[in-house]
Amino acid sequence: MSPFPDRAQVVVIGAGIVGNAVVHHLARLGWREILLVDKGPLPDPGGSTGHASNFVFPVDHSREITQLTADAARQYTELGTLTTCGGIEVARTPERVQELHRRMSSARAWGIDAELITPAEVADKVPFLDPAPVLAGFWTPSVAVVDPLRAGELMRERATAAGALTVSAMTEVLGIDTDGGRVRRVRTDRGDVETEYVVVACGVWSPRIAALAGATVPLTPAVHQMIDVGPIPELAATGREIAFPIIRDMDPLMYERQSGADLEIGSYAHRPILVDPDDIPSLAAAALSPTQLPFTPDDFDPQMEAALELFASVLDRPDAGIRHAINGLLSLTPDGHPLLGETPEVRGLWSAAAVWIKEGPGVGRLIAEWMTAGAPEIDPQHSDIARFAPHERTRAYVRARAAEGFNKTYGIVHPREQWGSDRGARRSPFFEREQALGAEFFEVAGWERPQWYRANEHLVAELGVADRPHEWDARWWSPIINAEHLAMRRGVAMIDLSAFTSFDVRGPGALPYLQHLTVAQMDRPVGRVIYTPLLGPDGGFRSDLTVVRLGEEHFRVVTGGADGARDRHWFTTHLPADGSVALHDVTSAMCTLGLWGPRARDVLAAVTDDDVSDAAFPFGTARTVHVGSTPVLALRLSYVGELGWELHAPTESGPRLWDALVEAGAPHGLVPAGIGVYGTTARMEKGYRLMGHELDAEHGPVEAGLALPGLKAADFVGKAAYTKAREGEPEATLCTLTLDGARDRAGLRRYPQGGEPLLTLDGERIADRRGRPSYVTSAGAAPSLGTHLLMAYLPPWHAVEGTGLLVEYLGERYRVTVARAGRRPLFDPDDARMRG
Amino acid sequence: MDVLVCVKRVPAVGAEILLTADATAVDTRHLGFTIGPHEECAVEEAVRIAGRTGGSAGVLTVGPAETEEQLRYALSMGADHAVRVDAPVADPQPEVSAAAIASALRDLPPYDLVLFGEASADAGHAQVAFRVACALRRPVVGGVKGIEPGSDTVAVRREVGDGVEVHDAPLPAVVAVLEGLNLPRYPTIKGRLRARKARVRVLDAPSATGGLRTLRLRHRPDARAQTVELGRGAAAAPAVVDVLADLGVVR
Repeated sequence: MSPFPDRAQVVVIGAGIVGNAVVHHLARLGWREILLVDKGPLPDPGGSTGHASNFVFPVDHSREITQLTADAARQYTELGTLTTCGGIEVARTPERVQELHRRMSSARAWGIDAELITPAEVADKVPFLDPAPVLAGFWTPSVAVVDPLRAGELMRERATAAGALTVSAMTEVLGIDTDGGRVRRVRTDRGDVETEYVVVACGVWSPRIAALAGATVPLTPAVHQMIDVGPIPELAATGREIAFPIIRDMDPLMYERQSGADLEIGSYAHRPILVDPDDIPSLAAAALSPTQLPFTPDDFDPQMEAALELFASVLDRPDAGIRHAINGLLSLTPDGHPLLGETPEVRGLWSAAAVWIKEGPGVGRLIAEWMTAGAPEIDPQHSDIARFAPHERTRAYVRARAAEGFNKTYGIVHPREQWGSDRGARRSPFFEREQALGAEFFEVAGWERPQWYRANEHLVAELGVADRPHEWDARWWSPIINAEHLAMRRGVAMIDLSAFTSFDVRGPGALPYLQHLTVAQMDRPVGRVIYTPLLGPDGGFRSDLTVVRLGEEHFRVVTGGADGARDRHWFTTHLPADGSVALHDVTSAMCTLGLWGPRARDVLAAVTDDDVSDAAFPFGTARTVHVGSTPVLALRLSYVGELGWELHAPTESGPRLWDALVEAGAPHGLVPAGIGVYGTTARMEKGYRLMGHELDAEHGPVEAGLALPGLKAADFVGKAAYTKAREGEPEATLCTLTLDGARDRAGLRRYPQGGEPLLTLDGERIADRRGRPSYVTSAGAAPSLGTHLLMAYLPPWHAVEGTGLLVEYLGERYRVTVARAGRRPLFDPDDARMRG
Repeated sequence: MDVLVCVKRVPAVGAEILLTADATAVDTRHLGFTIGPHEECAVEEAVRIAGRTGGSAGVLTVGPAETEEQLRYALSMGADHAVRVDAPVADPQPEVSAAAIASALRDLPPYDLVLFGEASADAGHAQVAFRVACALRRPVVGGVKGIEPGSDTVAVRREVGDGVEVHDAPLPAVVAVLEGLNLPRYPTIKGRLRARKARVRVLDAPSATGGLRTLRLRHRPDARAQTVELGRGAAAAPAVVDVLADLGVVR
């Protein structure tokens, strides 16, 4: 065994599929003195990699996960460790058939070959399956089984052959020392290693290991039950590990796959069984392995009955016994996505956790690129470990959401579906008033935000808003949203925006610091409101937000609630080391009300003695006004395209501000309006882009139509790529499309929700020259335009106003028209209303 | 022929056995439970005899409600009825277990053959079968690796040194069997579903106290698992052969 080093460029902890992939890609990208340690023996140290079912279903509704899986499959193939067998998700209920149509849409959007097949065709591919309970199948020919232990060995061998890697199995990490918030040293039972970088790839143990450095990895180990039944002569006769397609029996939330002579049955249907990382037995004390816990048969019995319904012909035989049964451990996170990237608590401490076998090598590449170049090729937005608010990193929250999410693994999850557990973590000071108005609360980063108010229900009839006739389209939606929208455009509305994340940036270095992070010119007069993109090193979107210059050395940064935690990490890691800039998160100190509509000025003027005329308070400026005795920072801008202000007040003064506006607004027809208006209908009518929907790391400001007229002299992150993009022609242009009176086969009006593929009129999939697909990034009603809008990036040959295309939604195709290519709003194209 | 198998719920341990803080018991917090390998063979044998003779195969344990998990396991292997003698712990002293089983056997319909594993997988006292037989004044044979039931007698075979002993015992008889008697089957899915719904007959245990008291458990000095790297690649082959030879797997 090679000697244990006393220093390393990076220490990777955990030799499962993820750790092995990380060291392989780090070595490939030029890292040296890589040390890989694991507490267990090789090649199977005892983690989840050793007992996983090892199959790869490539289609996911999430583009990010689909991309990671596709990359992983490519790598498994290249390593010779992938066996293609095909896979079928079967539906037993009409609702699931609809979901399979949705899977088809995702498959088409992401460019994965798939097909809906009949029960007879399912039985044709899997002859021992009884098709009687089956209504339809979603057939994906590229479904495969991989050998992650062998893949891991090969990846270690490559890194070792490159002279980059030392592997130390049977090595327990005892501590991770930090200094000044940075990783300095890993202490093990074989010696101490000085290092600047640590990657925690410890699967279910990751929370324990990260805690050694003072960081959190918000996952919980949870049980996934599986059994092996055999021997089954038909399977044994194939002489292969897998010769038949894998069946995902979606309605009972389970799967069946051949495993040599056995049929393996796995379940996501049983009660959530969460395990504390500290309660996982050691390798020596475990009967099988630390992550193969004793089977609890009572939890699995309903699954056996469901399995018999499809597979009685091979399972109901006296010789076919349950030869292996485990409560296997896997990692669950609050939102079901992996935990990737540098931890927000400790510089140099990276997490590569909560990863399925199907993504492992893809995650390895992503982490290595991110550590090397500052940004990976695949946008990690929804997997970034920095995405969690503080309360979302607590054990109680993680367990509550993981328990709720477990049964969604194979569930039908509506794109707007809300979580039920651990709600109410963050409430604005307006909460009780909103509750009294019958607010329907949606959650963002723990904040409870009214999506619409039942108190406005009377407006639906008054303003003639149509309901949505199909239950799926209308789920987690209300016509009240459209009514609130029209009421705002007619009079005035107030919107609770307290979920905004706000930072105060102060100090002699504040201006250069912000200049370095932003595309827009920050050196503007005090009192200016500046919208700006933030880019990653490769010129893609990292964020977009508003900066207000409050003083020569004092700025307020206001960003969305959803991305607040990631933005905070980004801002924090870029702070200069010399202490010339102080960053304070003032989110909890401030509450915000948006006041917008043609009558907004009348309302504001009624509650303040300050001059709020256009001359005194022009668009794009900020001032402190006094509402009674409450000082309010008013920002004259709008995300809804109306005259008005964001009013930022001290949290404790929120109720007084609310009451003052309600009283003054009554004669002007003031209504409370929800985020349904702010985030979707009004925003989309104005063509405003939303981070995480239109804006991602794959697209820059030029393609998003958000390039600024001038290019500032100061250097900033992503400037080179941005400059280059400005000089060339975009490969894709963000467009707004109208849905032209879509009716389904039953004659019902239908409303796509987002995520659907766009097709040519011939039904051909659309992608740009870089292979990026054209799909619906946002969809929503445009009540003032009398239509339904979709946004999508289109390649230049389709990004032409008036072009007819199709959108595929739940198995049917609807005609859409490119109404706008680029940034100019469809509603009030000259912005006259908000500048009024 | 009607056969009853007596089984005991024992922890399924790994290489390293953790003890409770007071070292009087195995720490079972992270462990599952099972029946010992001797008992699995006893259940298999009972199911086969019942099938062959058109009789019944019952299974009995002494302990609290959770021990029914092991009864249901035996049912899923093919046993057709189950009895639990209610007791506060699954691991009473051998005298207590024997008294409970003997008492139950007086209450239950008569069995032709009562099977035990040679010794429990945890305590390993190897007493209960013999105490039960003595209490009921019936013949008992231990260390059995072959059973051939007749009409009034049972022929049993045990390996001794280089030879084999064959005994004929008049029925009803008590037999303690060894692993290797047969190859136990795995439970089937249908068996498991049947076992889940099966009714377990619950009997009261007589109040009895045994003479044994557990003071403390101790690990053998060499009981902790150690991993020894024998070498890498082909160079490790001779060392592997040596180990296999030591284990008696190869000569």
